[in-house]
Amino acid sequence: MSKTSHTKITMPSTEKKGQIIEIRAIAQHDMETGFRYGDDGKVIPRDIIHLFSCSYNGVEVFKADLYPGMGANPLIVFTTIATETGTLEFKWAGDNGYEAIDQSSITVS
Amino acid sequence: MKIWLLIAFALSIVSCGAFASSDSPSKERQSSYEFMTLENKAMQDDPNLNPAMFWVMDGQSLWNFKSGQNNVACASCHGESGKTMRGVATQFPKIMNGKLQTLEGQINQCRVGRQNAPALAYESKDLLALTAFIAGQSKGLPITVHETSENKADLKQGRQWFYERMGQLNLSCAQCHEDRAGLKLGGSLIPQGHPTAYPIYRLEWQTLGSLQRRLRNCMSGVRAKQFEYGSPEMAQLELFLMWRSRGMPLESPGVRP
Amino acid sequence: MNIRIQNPKSISTQRRNWLTASGLLGVYAWCHPFLAFAKKPEAMQAIEKIVGSNPINDGKVKLTIPPLIENGNLVALKVSVQSPMTATDYVAAIYVIAEGNPLPNIFSAYLSARSGTATISTRVRLADSQRVWAIAQMSDGSFWRDHADTMVTLSACTEMP
Repeated sequence: MSKTSHTKITMPSTEKKGQIIEIRAIAQHDMETGFRYGDDGKVIPRDIIHLFSCSYNGVEVFKADLYPGMGANPLIVFTTIATETGTLEFKWAGDNGYEAIDQSSITVS
Repeated sequence: MKIWLLIAFALSIVSCGAFASSDSPSKERQSSYEFMTLENKAMQDDPNLNPAMFWVMDGQSLWNFKSGQNNVACASCHGESGKTMRGVATQFPKIMNGKLQTLEGQINQCRVGRQNAPALAYESKDLLALTAFIAGQSKGLPITVHETSENKADLKQGRQWFYERMGQLNLSCAQCHEDRAGLKLGGSLIPQGHPTAYPIYRLEWQTLGSLQRRLRNCMSGVRAKQFEYGSPEMAQLELFLMWRSRGMPLESPGVRP
Repeated sequence: MNIRIQNPKSISTQRRNWLTASGLLGVYAWCHPFLAFAKKPEAMQAIEKIVGSNPINDGKVKLTIPPLIENGNLVALKVSVQSPMTATDYVAAIYVIAEGNPLPNIFSAYLSARSGTATISTRVRLADSQRVWAIAQMSDGSFWRDHADTMVTLSACTEMP
């Protein structure tokens, strides 16, 4: 059973070749650490996004392993060089079959 | 006889005076936004950083979703644009059909009355999403809750809740949020308690929550029996708090520590 | 009926000894925070796993977290590493480790020559006032680090379960 949630990408839609662009990627997720206790006294099991990756026209340009120390609704801000016109694809993978994909296009002049 | 009249007159002046000075605080009104760190302020101001935006997105989906036995969506009556609710949240709580309703209460009134669907539970994902979606459309607009002949009695009761001592700690809302606003409780600055940003993403809760949830936190803080969600007491206290912050801009959906 | 009454003087002596012992323990812990903060060894182990037997140099890395935090659930964190970020000289990875968290690893980011900068911002959980480390691995295999100390406070009128 795969579950997913809202994601949001903020990045420029156009840029000059060779310039650096800033990308903000945020996903809606509670990021349950596995260290909290419920009202019944039992540990609430861990349920986090543990992997985030960004591909630029199919080539991976950024990847991050995430651990329970990440905040809820994880936000990652990173940069990449605007090399060519195309599509950036963003993937999130997490516990219990969580998966999310988002895309953003860029025109490089 | 004249002496008694004079004393009664003097007393009424004094009590009116006391009321007037406590309702229009001598210090300038300030949203608790001003007390936040730069990082948290940025989190509220930038929709790309504000976690509450996810609930607004969910609210937009729900708005257009046909629901209940009558199989209608909010959009069926109120339009799809996501703009028709502009100016609505700034008016609540208000008297609707003779009853004092909060925004959540009115949403549920529509669900039950128009959609023939079950009411949404307080603090449920769906109710929070709809509240955030509606309140967010009034962002920046001044709060317009005024005293009217209709809400006068409820406003008076709400004012009483605010100024009355409660709980094992025997404290009133006013003792912290009016008399000692700006001073410190433990390590935190005491805010004036204006509900300008609800529903809020409270970092403490790690999720979105309503004003009523926050008020229940306050009441448990003084070890008082908490008002129930959706109760008339809650609505009256909300009414007074919104009246107290009339004219201040709505920041919804907000972020708070 | 045999009632044993303890000599009052011996009670106060016992108490005094106990207090002295715990006081000394406190002083010892103060001098050796390593022992008082049981989580730190795990953090050091986590760092060791990353760098192996290689030395870690101070510098090039800048870790920024607010020195005073209102709520540890969502803390803005930024790591910035000085590097030309060319094909032959770039930051290959950035690791963030928190000494005071139940699990010290927070995130591990993998960059490339295409990254443009080695600056990453995110929002993390910090369980308590503590020291956080940022370790960068360069394309030539060298390791560099920075740390930041922070104090986490608690908001008032928190939720009762």
